[in-house]
Amino acid sequence: MSLLEIENLSLKIGATPILKGVELALSPGEVVGLVGESGSGKSMTALTIMQLLPHLARADGRVTFDGIDLLAATEDQMCALRGDDIGMVFQEPMTALNPVKTIGEQVAEGIRWHTKAGRAEAEERARKILDRVGLPEAKFPLSRYPHELSGGQRQRVVIAIACALKPKLLIADEPTTALDVVLQAQILDLLRDLVRENRMGLLLISHDLAVVTEMADRLTILRRGEVTEAGDTARTLSEQQHPYTRELALASMHVPARPKSHLAGSAKPLLEVEGVVRDYPGRRTSLFRPAPPIRAVDDVSLTIEPAQSVALVGRSGCGKSTLARMILALDKPTAGTIRFRGEAITGKPEQALKPARRDMQVVFQDPYGSFDPRQKVEKLVAEPLHLLEKQPTGTERREMVAHALHEVGLGPRDMDKYPHEFSGGQRQRLSIARAIITRPKLVVADEPVSALDVSIRAQILDLFAELNQKLGIAYLFITHDLTVARAMADEMLVMHEGRIVERGRASDVLDHPQSEAAKALVSAAPDLHRAIARRMQEQG
Amino acid sequence: MTAYLLKRLVIAALTLVLASMVVFAVMEVLPGDPARLMLGLNATADQVEVLRNQMGLNAPLALRYLHWAGGLLSLDFGRSYTYSVPVIDLVRERIAVSLPLALIALALSTIIAIPVGVFSASRQGRAGDTLAMGASQLGVAVPNFWFALMLIYLFAVWLRLVPAGGFPGWNAGIWAALKSLILPAIALALPQAAILARVARSALIEVLNEDYIRTARAKGLPYRAVLWRHALRNAMIPVLTILGLQFAFLLAGTIIIENVFYLPGLGRLIFQAITQRDLIVVESIVMLLVAAVILINLLVDFSYAIVDPRLRGRQ
Repeated sequence: MSLLEIENLSLKIGATPILKGVELALSPGEVVGLVGESGSGKSMTALTIMQLLPHLARADGRVTFDGIDLLAATEDQMCALRGDDIGMVFQEPMTALNPVKTIGEQVAEGIRWHTKAGRAEAEERARKILDRVGLPEAKFPLSRYPHELSGGQRQRVVIAIACALKPKLLIADEPTTALDVVLQAQILDLLRDLVRENRMGLLLISHDLAVVTEMADRLTILRRGEVTEAGDTARTLSEQQHPYTRELALASMHVPARPKSHLAGSAKPLLEVEGVVRDYPGRRTSLFRPAPPIRAVDDVSLTIEPAQSVALVGRSGCGKSTLARMILALDKPTAGTIRFRGEAITGKPEQALKPARRDMQVVFQDPYGSFDPRQKVEKLVAEPLHLLEKQPTGTERREMVAHALHEVGLGPRDMDKYPHEFSGGQRQRLSIARAIITRPKLVVADEPVSALDVSIRAQILDLFAELNQKLGIAYLFITHDLTVARAMADEMLVMHEGRIVERGRASDVLDHPQSEAAKALVSAAPDLHRAIARRMQEQG
Repeated sequence: MTAYLLKRLVIAALTLVLASMVVFAVMEVLPGDPARLMLGLNATADQVEVLRNQMGLNAPLALRYLHWAGGLLSLDFGRSYTYSVPVIDLVRERIAVSLPLALIALALSTIIAIPVGVFSASRQGRAGDTLAMGASQLGVAVPNFWFALMLIYLFAVWLRLVPAGGFPGWNAGIWAALKSLILPAIALALPQAAILARVARSALIEVLNEDYIRTARAKGLPYRAVLWRHALRNAMIPVLTILGLQFAFLLAGTIIIENVFYLPGLGRLIFQAITQRDLIVVESIVMLLVAAVILINLLVDFSYAIVDPRLRGRQ
């Protein structure tokens, strides 16, 4: 018998249809994956089950949990279910916990509310579940505040809150999307164990097909509010009956074509980083002794040749973004030198950096946050033009912008639009247009596709590859995502705790990692091929 | 935690010293010789000189500052030029009215504003919210002296529950004194409450959109419990900031209300001292208010640390 049954669920917010005839069933002890791209209605499905929908939302159809009709349930009945029989884990661990309450209070609160247990008893139970999710008392007493924990640790606390009362159903909405691959693997292991221990049903929501394949017994694929395909994970993904399933699977494994691959040592280096160190002031422990500095980047050397694509991979907090900032001359190294086209850029005044800035551009992770919403595309894309020696006239400027837009697959008419008129993928195209308008020799891309859906991400990777082939732009890709590194990079550098611990051809490092850090990354990275193969064995 | 408090304390002390220097310097450059002022228009130059020597006005600047600042520390503010009584006696009398008045007004304003803010935020955009925010708009707009007159008319003239004005002194009994302060406190509290309610509402609405509110709801807590237990404390920082500013205002900026109710408060003392060029009284009260504002800010800083653990640093 099903624990959760969704039949013909439709949802409207105001007059906008969000879900259309969604069907889904889940039995105790089963893991069902709900896959889809952003805006497909995954989270809204979850919030319908929780009955935590936004104000003007209206749901029709039937949602039954354990024999209770959730759409007809009163708020009191829902309060009794939430946190007791149904737990939920959210995407963003950094903001999911109340900053002014201790983790003990936050875990114990639900226990006290549902079981009417006293403070001492609730805290004892909170202690047990925190131990269970991997936050032992010695290092993580109940009196810790969320800001004293890292992202992965906070997500463990959120899971502890959701699982404290051994719910029959756990809904996890992109629980690992904000974490690096090593943490992701740990959190997924934890969820898998909790399912097994308590015969808990798990509804795992993700845009990442590989993660879902590793975890789910069955999966449901959602597109624009409708279920396109549902069934056993292995069969669904091996047969790929629906074209959209096939599209998703292909996009997840997409490797852009780069016929002219780069030969190392073929030219004079474009960028040389030598023995670069970056210290940050540490926390003062005594009034009289100076605080020991924290070394974010420790003696890093690397070179990038013209038209070469280099991936810098590592876990979050390993120092890769700090290194990128120094290469872009946005931050000064404590020691060491950085040379761009043979000229040192360290310690130069801003005016002297102009030529270097012109030939070295950047693409950031978040296509939403990196544009001023009140300016038109023409002005936004033309921004780096002030770096040119000779300032272009108005018409020349418009021509250059139109050309850059054309190169990233947008039209000249997009010039007069505002950023909010574009989708996430189109905005990332805009940031690439902005980066290439000065014809740079090097583009530093900091997690350029990690905020994008798989199909969009495949297109953007293609665009990067095409620009590399056509214009000979060299790339430094900063990422924690090994599929991006595999798809895009000639050479790969693995960074760990501020140091480069491994370097080599991208395929060599990925297939035969030598260092502990690289091994950890490679083994933790979800891989769709591998996951499908394993599922096929298990499910026959 | 201690490091945070200690740092705030040191900053507050330094600010106080700096402020005292500024106040002293300003008084030095202002025109007008206190000795000549005290002796009147008919005094000879010799008489003035003798008095100047007596008052220590001919000593070097630094020495005079130290003398004055040392006096402040032992609560010796000097003597009023016009009344020839110690300034501290004048001030003490007035503080006995102004401080309780400010505290009552502040308490009233908080008691009204927080529930209204919570009510409004939890019904954002609905009829109750519109009504409450309309009322608060009115509260900000209505001049408090007019509101004070209405209060007098209603409670003193018509219902005869409280006196219409004046202050019997604390010797007349606590109840009698409180009775004469309650109307002015309400008149002062209302516009403050209106502002505070709006601040509380917008701070709460922002907090209610945070992810951790959703986490708390997913635990099974009802909306009301989430509001009071999770949202309110996070919305407290802007509310505390405004409260601090309001208290400083209530302590000395109440001259109109003091006049309407004929209360012998600090505001009227400053006003009289300024019109009579009684500079030493002005100087003393300004210094006192500066100290009060610094102290209030220190308390607000401490309360931030109580509300938000992230400000305390690592234990």
